[in-house]
Amino acid sequence: MSDDIQIKKTLDLKGMPCPMPVVKVSKGIKEVELGEVIEAITTDPGSLSDFPAWARTSGNEIIKTEQDGKTIKFYIKRTA
Amino acid sequence: MANPDIGINDLKGLESQIAEIRSKIEAMDKKNPSDKLSMVVFSGDMDKILAAFVIATGAVAMGMEAVMFFTFWGTPALRDKKKKPGQKDIMSKMFGAMLPKGLREVKLSKMNMGGIGTAMMKSLMKKKNVASLEQMLEMAEELGVRIFVCEMSMDLMGFKREEMIDYKDITFCGVAKFLEEAKDSRIQLFI
Repeated sequence: MSDDIQIKKTLDLKGMPCPMPVVKVSKGIKEVELGEVIEAITTDPGSLSDFPAWARTSGNEIIKTEQDGKTIKFYIKRTA
Repeated sequence: MANPDIGINDLKGLESQIAEIRSKIEAMDKKNPSDKLSMVVFSGDMDKILAAFVIATGAVAMGMEAVMFFTFWGTPALRDKKKKPGQKDIMSKMFGAMLPKGLREVKLSKMNMGGIGTAMMKSLMKKKNVASLEQMLEMAEELGVRIFVCEMSMDLMGFKREEMIDYKDITFCGVAKFLEEAKDSRIQLFI
């Protein structure tokens, strides 16, 4: 596990299909300060390509991605 | 440092060239499209309107602006079933009765099978947690997706403003308004 990452907020997006995970994460990231990290948990396989695309477009940074079976965990740093 | 070969006139020439370049860059900046998505929702099919809402809400999530211009078969989908339109002529009444009254009544473009297919798709969407059209509209409103409704289509089919949905950012307009938005948009779609 990523003990060294300080998580400010966790978004449980399990079971949500497109476009909900991206919509929710775009809202959620605005609830923390610049430089802070949120954790987003999804089960939508599409989010593996959607989240990086969202991060690049919105100017935020995915610092780590973990996959455990169907569950995907993104650690996202607010940089925009 | 100073080169004796460069005279005061050369410097003045350079200065005016820089000013010219600067004004050209400013003009180009104005022409640059912004991170905006402009969409024509021409279709009145459930599947296509769903796609339109998914893209529009996704665009806002990506940090873009999103504009949806509902026209022709797309307009009846924005009627509010609960609202009473009042007096209408016979043709308007016919169109009003035959076309879907709101997002709840739109049908699949394929495999509708007299409504069975659409009902099956809706129950499948519920099971798989896919947002319904009504939920998508609510989300679009919350995210600030702007909706334009084609005045000409409404007039043609006899729809009145009083029977259209309540939506925070709704504008009744014509093609010029859409083009003004589309001109400055990086993405334009016709659905």
